[in-house]
Amino acid sequence: MKKIFSLAAGTATLLGVVMAGNAMANTTLENIREKGHLQCGVTSGLPGFSQPDDKGNWTGIDVDTCRAVAAAIFGDASKAQFTPLTAKERFTALQSGEIDMLSRNTTWTLTRDASLGLNFAGVNYYDGQGFLVSRELGVSDATELDGATACIQAGTTTELNMADYFRTHGMEFNALVFDTSEQTVQGFAAGRCDVLTSDRSQLAALRSKLTDPNSAVILPTIISKEPLGPVVRQGDDQWFNIVKWTLFTQVNAEELGITSANVDEMKSSDNPSIQRLLGTDGDMGEKLGLSADFGYNIIKEVGNYGEMYNRNVGPGTPLDLERGLNALWTEGGIMYAPPVR
Amino acid sequence: MSETTSQITPARAKPWNDPRVRSLVFQLVAIAGVMWGGWTLVDNTLANMEARGISTGFGFLEQSAGFGIIMSLIPYEATDSYGRTFWVGLLNTLLVSGLGIVAATLLGFMIGVARLSSNWLIAKLSLAYIEIIRNIPLLLQIFFWYFAVLRNLPSPRQSVELGGLFFLNNRGFYLPDPIALPGFGWVELALAIAIASVIALRIWAKRRQQATGQIFPTGKVSLAILVTLPVLAFLATGAPLDWTVPELRGFNFRGGITIIPELAALWVALSLYTASFIAEIVRSGILSVSKGQTEAARALGLRQGLTLRLVVIPQAMRVIIPPLTSQYLNLVKNSSLATAIGYPDLVSVFMGTTLNQTGQAVEVVAMTMAVYLTISLLISFVMNLYNRAVALKER
Ligand SMILES: N[C@@H](CCC(=O)N[C@@H](CS)C(=O)NCC(=O)O)C(=O)O
Repeated sequence: MKKIFSLAAGTATLLGVVMAGNAMANTTLENIREKGHLQCGVTSGLPGFSQPDDKGNWTGIDVDTCRAVAAAIFGDASKAQFTPLTAKERFTALQSGEIDMLSRNTTWTLTRDASLGLNFAGVNYYDGQGFLVSRELGVSDATELDGATACIQAGTTTELNMADYFRTHGMEFNALVFDTSEQTVQGFAAGRCDVLTSDRSQLAALRSKLTDPNSAVILPTIISKEPLGPVVRQGDDQWFNIVKWTLFTQVNAEELGITSANVDEMKSSDNPSIQRLLGTDGDMGEKLGLSADFGYNIIKEVGNYGEMYNRNVGPGTPLDLERGLNALWTEGGIMYAPPVR
Repeated sequence: MSETTSQITPARAKPWNDPRVRSLVFQLVAIAGVMWGGWTLVDNTLANMEARGISTGFGFLEQSAGFGIIMSLIPYEATDSYGRTFWVGLLNTLLVSGLGIVAATLLGFMIGVARLSSNWLIAKLSLAYIEIIRNIPLLLQIFFWYFAVLRNLPSPRQSVELGGLFFLNNRGFYLPDPIALPGFGWVELALAIAIASVIALRIWAKRRQQATGQIFPTGKVSLAILVTLPVLAFLATGAPLDWTVPELRGFNFRGGITIIPELAALWVALSLYTASFIAEIVRSGILSVSKGQTEAARALGLRQGLTLRLVVIPQAMRVIIPPLTSQYLNLVKNSSLATAIGYPDLVSVFMGTTLNQTGQAVEVVAMTMAVYLTISLLISFVMNLYNRAVALKER
């Protein structure tokens, strides 16, 4: 019942905003400045991506992506506020204007980009779908999973990939679909499913939530492409550009060797790329409707892409994920940003 | 004097002064206003959604869904359409609601009667049941039945089995699936005949009792007819029935019928919860029948059971039916909590996955609301018919 109401309420807001929408002349940026904070949609708790700590402070790579945007607008990363959303609720929340941007391990697909009235503003993590199985099952490859029952989260690309993969491999499966990742993990831990399937990075996060993380293994098989990134509403290109270029700024900064630690020294660098990025030369900020030093603020407050990665999901964190695809293009990965000029 | 009065017919009121015309006009204006408002709302929304690049319309119902559903009463594959996921979800909602209504009613009546028992222990136990169950949130009870039970069941490889036919494990309860072979139609025919003759027998027995006062043992005879006729037909046609027996292959059992734990947990939780409310309704219904009725029945020599069945309950029904109807409606709506434990009901499948994969929130939510409204109105309608049948007939 609660779900009906929350969804119905979401739709009602959607209706409301959609109707009132045209009268609202303000741009998203103006609205955010007026409110004094950026409202950002995240998960209800996924270690490494977006998770509140015991003091209620949100941490994670998706959270940092939002905080970087807040730093670009306000020069203050703490001006980002977070709304936890399940996979099912996320797009309605963005469409209805409840949040300004969605940064919730969301896969960029054609349907989402073209039919929801939304735009993907880039990729902050290149992922792929994998399988988590209990160690005692003795499975070493996904092709041995014929007839398995899988715990899946509702409203994800995971649900669709799963069906495609099993069908193309001529295997049978049962999909047990839960609302939140918490319930999905519980179902798996209670032995209701043979496998838990999700994006591989998230499997690492969910595995760390098990009472004995070693009782389960992540299979090497990757069955899909899951480029995860921030999303904004369609129809406000300035806002779209701000979110997009905040992420590009972080990637470019890593490439140029600018970090939160050395950004102040870098201000006096005579490399023109660095000067443009930090706003000591040119009017890059103005073109986006931001202050000239927005790039400096992002790096000073949140850091470059590599810092953000290592802090939240990289080697040494509980998720312990190698850079892999997410390394810079100069270092064997595919993280690549257009130039700031 | 009388002449003049008869000739003066009161001047016909002008239509705008006639209260009946006025009220009709006002009502028409109100209806038109509401309809115009609704239409503007829909039209405006659709136009604005279009302008914002959000897809609209019901075309998505024909596209292929591409996701799996764990339980379906009709054949369903991931390649079927979104429209079909609607029916799969709807049937699953109806299944758990129907099962829940039956179980909650039986249990509720039993506990309601037990609550009034003169046996101290039984009365207090019923009281405890009612007070505990109806004061714990339903969602918690669903989780309890789901996770508490699930954790204690063995894995498929260590299933509890019964004669190699029935298996119980944390994936569900597996039982053999009957397959009708040619010739089984005769058995179905025999069953139909048996049912018809039982109905005829009941009518006859009632007439006879009213005419002569003799009581015919309808219960026992009906049962005998219902069992013997189909069994004889079954044997005569050479037992035209085959079974697929569930067997362990790979991870899970395949073949046979599966009752998934999600269905069982939801059914148990909904039934127990609703039964506690029904019990109170039954109790108040019975108490509303004046004591004199019972005393009179006993004085006529009716035993306690018969007094309850023939005198008290029929009168109590008049008080019971209206609130019972709303309990049924609650149960149907509460069944949407299914989504919390992954039972694929309408809200979970259609308003969950389908909505999310297509993004067509307005259409999907509207369809889902229409379904719940229809089910509720149907239940109310049927219960009102029943209520009219049992209501006090002033003669
Ligand atoms: N990338 C996929 C899956 C995203 C997703 O929702 N993953 C789950 C992991 S099981 C999650 O993050 N759940 C956290 C939550 O619901 O709060 C998509 O965009 O559809």
